[in-house]
Amino acid sequence: MALLRIRNLSVDFATASGKFRAVDSMDVTVDRGDILAIVGESGSGKSVSMLAMMGLLPWTATITADEMSFDGIDLRSVTAAQRRKIIGRDMAMIFQEPMSSLNPCFTVGFQIRESLRKHMNMSRRERHQRAIELFEQVGIPEPEKRLGVFPHQMSGGMNQRVMIAMAIACRPRLLIADEPTTALDVTIQAQILELLTGLQRDTGMALILITHDMGVVAETAQRVSVQYAGQKVEEQPVRPLFSTPHHPYTAALLAALPERATSKILPSIPGVVPGQFDRPKGCLFSPRCSKADDRCREIEPENQPEELGRAKCHYPLGVNEPEMAQ
Amino acid sequence: MIKYFLSKLLTFVPTFFGVTLISFAFIRVLPGDPIIVMAGERGLSDERYAELSAEYGFDRPILVQYWDYLTGVLQGDLGESFVTKKPVWDEFFALFPATLELALCAMVFAVVLGLPAGVIAAVNRGKLFDRTLMSTALVGYSMPIFWWALLLIIVFSGNLGWTPVSGRISLLYYFDTLTGFMLIDSLLSGQDGAFMSAVNHLVLPSIVLGTIPLAVIARQTRSAMLEVLSEDYIRTARAKGLAPVEVNGLHALRNALIPVITVIGLSVGTLMGGAILTETIFSWPGIGKWMLDSIFRRDYPVVQGGLLLIAVFVMIVNLTVDVLYGFINPKIRKR
Ligand SMILES: Nc1ncnc2c1ncn2[C@@H]1O[C@H](COP(=O)(O)OP(=O)(O)OP(=O)(O)O)[C@@H](O)[C@H]1O
Ligand SMILES: [Mg+2]
Repeated sequence: MALLRIRNLSVDFATASGKFRAVDSMDVTVDRGDILAIVGESGSGKSVSMLAMMGLLPWTATITADEMSFDGIDLRSVTAAQRRKIIGRDMAMIFQEPMSSLNPCFTVGFQIRESLRKHMNMSRRERHQRAIELFEQVGIPEPEKRLGVFPHQMSGGMNQRVMIAMAIACRPRLLIADEPTTALDVTIQAQILELLTGLQRDTGMALILITHDMGVVAETAQRVSVQYAGQKVEEQPVRPLFSTPHHPYTAALLAALPERATSKILPSIPGVVPGQFDRPKGCLFSPRCSKADDRCREIEPENQPEELGRAKCHYPLGVNEPEMAQ
Repeated sequence: MIKYFLSKLLTFVPTFFGVTLISFAFIRVLPGDPIIVMAGERGLSDERYAELSAEYGFDRPILVQYWDYLTGVLQGDLGESFVTKKPVWDEFFALFPATLELALCAMVFAVVLGLPAGVIAAVNRGKLFDRTLMSTALVGYSMPIFWWALLLIIVFSGNLGWTPVSGRISLLYYFDTLTGFMLIDSLLSGQDGAFMSAVNHLVLPSIVLGTIPLAVIARQTRSAMLEVLSEDYIRTARAKGLAPVEVNGLHALRNALIPVITVIGLSVGTLMGGAILTETIFSWPGIGKWMLDSIFRRDYPVVQGGLLLIAVFVMIVNLTVDVLYGFINPKIRKR
């Protein structure tokens, strides 16, 4: 049985100017010990889908799904109190901005011990011991001293380590890392990713890594789900995805990788992800797709079969010649 | 932290001199001559007037008078009341505890109700409680104290007969002043019912005086909470699986308190102003009533000295708030 299974998840926001669909019939499946990367540009609904699962969206959001289960528990029907027993313990999340994600008024030690106090049956001493152990695990030097420090007294990288320590404090089975390195500088980014994959290996937890950086995906993930304007447009294991992408959007993301660039100028995908007001008819990627024709602009494509990465495209790439002929 | 404290303390100095100047000037720009007022209806001869003028030093240039006053103040001498001939200093400290007790109770009333109300309103933003509270707060904020006091007196003292209309304690009780705080003194006296009587006398004036601060604190808490609730660290707190009480009451409120503390400090100044009116309405024997009487009598030393001492008190409160602010905001504390 899969650890996490989401089928046909949609999230609508009630906004002043009407309903806005931020996530559109999305499927996610994660097995124990899996590393799934979710990639997509800014605004493609990566965070919203994960927040929906954690129950952290504001009340303006309406969540619908055919299935949303974690470890056999139906997340759609749990009460708020039951959900609070799961999130932070079995299912934890770390966020994009380490600096603003920690409470400025409490020491980092307090914030870590708080998770332990909430979910684990531990004495004061044990909590303190465990906090030190966690700091060592995430590579924070002088843990004993650092526990008494406030977030603003540490660097962004250190704060993200604290966030990670906090998230893994109760040994979760699923860790969701929402662009954990975007706010950090490049050298620190590599360290944090290494830390995350290392922890994943050591603890055997499943990891969902949200990112818009294909480079990060190549180094860490086992499977990749590509998200565009709230929809999943393709999903494949890492290697085949990099060698034969089936959706033009995936191909465009890959072409934008520095090491794949053929000219001096880095290619980028023209245009932006459609928002609330400029959602096109037919395929959502059609206005930016070099291969789009009238059919793409009129009719919304179905998902292709498993062998084609379930690409949501009328004209998937990397299809064998005979199939093309049909 | 020490440096922060000292820099705040330094701002004290110009304010202090400013207040001596303003309090000195304030009473003198009011029309009316203290000697004539003292003489009353009978009036007095020109010679006697000149004599008294010289005695009080009014015949000298105004700047010299100010200089005398200032040097006196710096030596801790605030002069004597024209009317009672007692030192201003002594009169002030005899009456100040009554005002302080009233102000403290008003503040406790405002904070104990205002903070939770603001928090609940922010958490239930846009719902019925929030809208009711905010419109009530607006009414409370713009309510004329005088009218509000009369309304409460009519209902609670008049119609219901629950509370007394004036004074600090029933005439049935008599005991020595030890601390000057009636709640404490009445307890220490050990007399049956004395404490309850003191409480009864305090309720209405405290509510009247605390209403505006209550409205201000509730509104400020709400807006500070709203700001804080959209912060990333609140999402983190919720992601830990913390209950709403812990998220709102600990993680959010702790941050929202930083601006609210400032507002509480500032409303002490408003409270001192409101005390004058409230004390007059309820015949509360505090410095508010004392100051008002002195203004009518053109009792220069009392008005000057009283204003100065009140200002110093407000400054001390603000300094305390600044220190508290430093403690509650780690970004300042660790500097
Ligand atoms: N509370 C909200 N109310 C209304 N719209 C929202 C809300 N939160 C997110 N959205 C919208 O949902 C869409 C998807 O947002 P989301 O944060 O999931 O994007 P993302 O893929 O995580 O992007 P990024 O890489 O910038 O984090 C965006 O268009 C965003 O404006
Ligand atoms: Mg995001």
